[in-house]
Amino acid sequence: MVGRIKQFFIQIGELSYFAGRFFKEIFFPPFEFKELLRQCYQMGNRSLVLVGVTGFIIGLVMTLQSRPTLIQFGAVSWMPNMTGISIVREIGPVITALICAGRIASGIGAELGSMRVTEQIDAMEVSGTNPFKYLVVTRILATTLMLPLLVVFGDLVALYGSALVENLKGDVSFQLYFNTVFDALSFGDIVPATIKSFFFGFVIGLVGCYKGYYSKKGTAGVGVAANTAVVMASLLVFVVDFIAVFVSDIFYEL
Amino acid sequence: MINENTTYKNKKNPPKSDYTDARKTVICIRDVYKSFGDNHVLNGFDMKLHEGENLVVMGKSGSGKSVMIKCLVGLMSPDSGYIEVMGKEIATLDRQTLDELRSDIGFLFQGSALYDSMTVRENLEFPMRRHKEKLGVVQDTTPLVMEALENVGLAHTIDLMPAELSGGMKRRIALARTLILKPKIILYDEPTSGLDPITAKEIIELMRSIQKKYGTSSLIITHDVDCARVISERMILLVDGINYAEGSYAELSASTDPKVDAFFKK
Ligand SMILES: Nc1ncnc2c1ncn2[C@@H]1O[C@H](COP(=O)(O)OP(=O)(O)OP(=O)(O)O)[C@@H](O)[C@H]1O
Ligand SMILES: [Mg+2]
Repeated sequence: MVGRIKQFFIQIGELSYFAGRFFKEIFFPPFEFKELLRQCYQMGNRSLVLVGVTGFIIGLVMTLQSRPTLIQFGAVSWMPNMTGISIVREIGPVITALICAGRIASGIGAELGSMRVTEQIDAMEVSGTNPFKYLVVTRILATTLMLPLLVVFGDLVALYGSALVENLKGDVSFQLYFNTVFDALSFGDIVPATIKSFFFGFVIGLVGCYKGYYSKKGTAGVGVAANTAVVMASLLVFVVDFIAVFVSDIFYEL
Repeated sequence: MINENTTYKNKKNPPKSDYTDARKTVICIRDVYKSFGDNHVLNGFDMKLHEGENLVVMGKSGSGKSVMIKCLVGLMSPDSGYIEVMGKEIATLDRQTLDELRSDIGFLFQGSALYDSMTVRENLEFPMRRHKEKLGVVQDTTPLVMEALENVGLAHTIDLMPAELSGGMKRRIALARTLILKPKIILYDEPTSGLDPITAKEIIELMRSIQKKYGTSSLIITHDVDCARVISERMILLVDGINYAEGSYAELSASTDPKVDAFFKK
C-alpha cells in the first residue's frame, strides 16, 4: 500500500518533469508544423463520429429523463435553459474529454510505446530528428488544440438531440429551443468551459505521450502503456475538472 | 596477441587518440563502465576501430553488445569511461555537433526499426530532413532514394509500407536507410539475426559490396560465427563486460582458452 502511494507520487513527479520538458522544447526551433497539422487532422478525424454519436445520445437521454420531473413542477419550459447550461458548462466538456481519453490517449500510448519498443524512437534520434519534438510536442499540441473544437461539436450535437425530443414531445420549434438556449447562456458559462477544454486536451496528450514514450521493453509494455494511459488520463480529467470548477467559482464570487 | 594493444588501464596517461597508427582510429572506446542497477553490463571495455576496417564484436546474448554501440552514438551514456568517435569525445558534444557527427555514422538496428507509419520512400527520406546541407539536395530527393534502394536491390518496394515487407526485406530497407546519408562509419547490430542462412548470406554480401563501394569503416555485432568468418578482418570477444580476446578469426578460433573456444564450438 505504501509502495503504491509512493509509486503514485513518483508518477506525478515524472509527469510534471515531462510537462516541463514539453514547455522547454516547444519554444525552440526546429518546429514540426507539417507533423502538427497531420496529427490535428488525424485526431479530429478519428474522434469526430464517436463524439457526435455520444453527444447526440446524451442530449436525447438527458432530456427524456428530466422531462417527467419538470412536468411535475410545471417547469418544462425551462428545459432548454437547463439542458443548455448543463451541457455547455459540464457534461459536454467532460464526456468529450473522457471519450478522447479512451480513444486518443490509448492510441498515442500504444503508438509511441510500440515505437519505443521497436527502437524507432532511437532510430529517429540517431538520424538527427529530435523525437521529443517530432512525436511528443506535436501530439500534445494537437490534442490541446483539437479538444476544444471537439467539445464545441459535441455540445452542438447534444443540444440538437435535446431539441429533437422537445420538438417531438413538447411541440417546441427548433428555432425557439435554440433561441432560448443561447439567451440563457452567458459569457461566464462559455469561457470557463472552453478554457477547461484546452486543459483536458493537454492532459490527455501529455499522459498518452508520457506513458508511450517511457514504455517498458517488450510487447507487454505496449499494452500496459495504452491501458494505464487511459486510466490516468480519465482520472486527471476529473481532477482538472474539479480544479477548474473551483477556480471559476472563485471568479464568480468576485 | 590477445588483449595486447587495447588495454590502457594500467598506463598513467593513456594517449587521447591514436592518429599515429598506420590507419586512422575512427572509434576509440576506453575503460567504459555501464550498469543497470545491480546488472553490471560493461566493466571496463576497450576497443578501437580503424578507418576502412571490418571489425566484428562477438558476445553472448545479453553480454552488452547493443548497450556498447548505443553508447557510441550517444543513445545511452556510460557510467564512466572515454568514448571518442572521429576525434570527438561523445560525452562533451552539444546537441547540434552530436547530430552532425551522427550523420556520419550509420546505425543498423537489431530489429530494423523501420517507421511503420511511413512508406519505404518516407522512411528513406526521413534522415535527410535535417541533413539537407550535407547532401546538397535541392528539392527532389527521389534520385537519392532510388540509388539507396537499388544498392539493396529493392527499388520496386518504394511505395510499400513496412508491414508489407518480409523480415529480410525490412533489414535491407533499413540498410538502405542507414546508407542514404553516405556515412563514414556503419554500426551493424546483428545484421543477420533472425534471418534464414540464404538471406543472411545476401545481407553479408550486401555489406561487403557497400564497404567496397563507399570505403566505410564497419563495426559489426553478431553472434553468427559464419558471418564473422566471412566478413571480419579483426574480431573482439565481449565476455563479462570486457574486451576478453582480440585477433583475427584464425587466431581466435585456434585459441585454447575455454571462454574463447566456446564461441567457435559447433
Ligand atoms: N534500457 C535498459 N534498462 C535496463 N537494463 C538494460 C537496458 N538495456 C539493456 N539492459 C540490460 O543490459 C544487458 C545487455 O543488453 P544488450 O541489449 O546490450 O545485450 P546484447 O549483447 O545486445 O544481447 P543480444 O545479442 O540478445 O542482442 C541485458 O542484461 C539487459 O537486460
Ligand atoms: Mg543486442
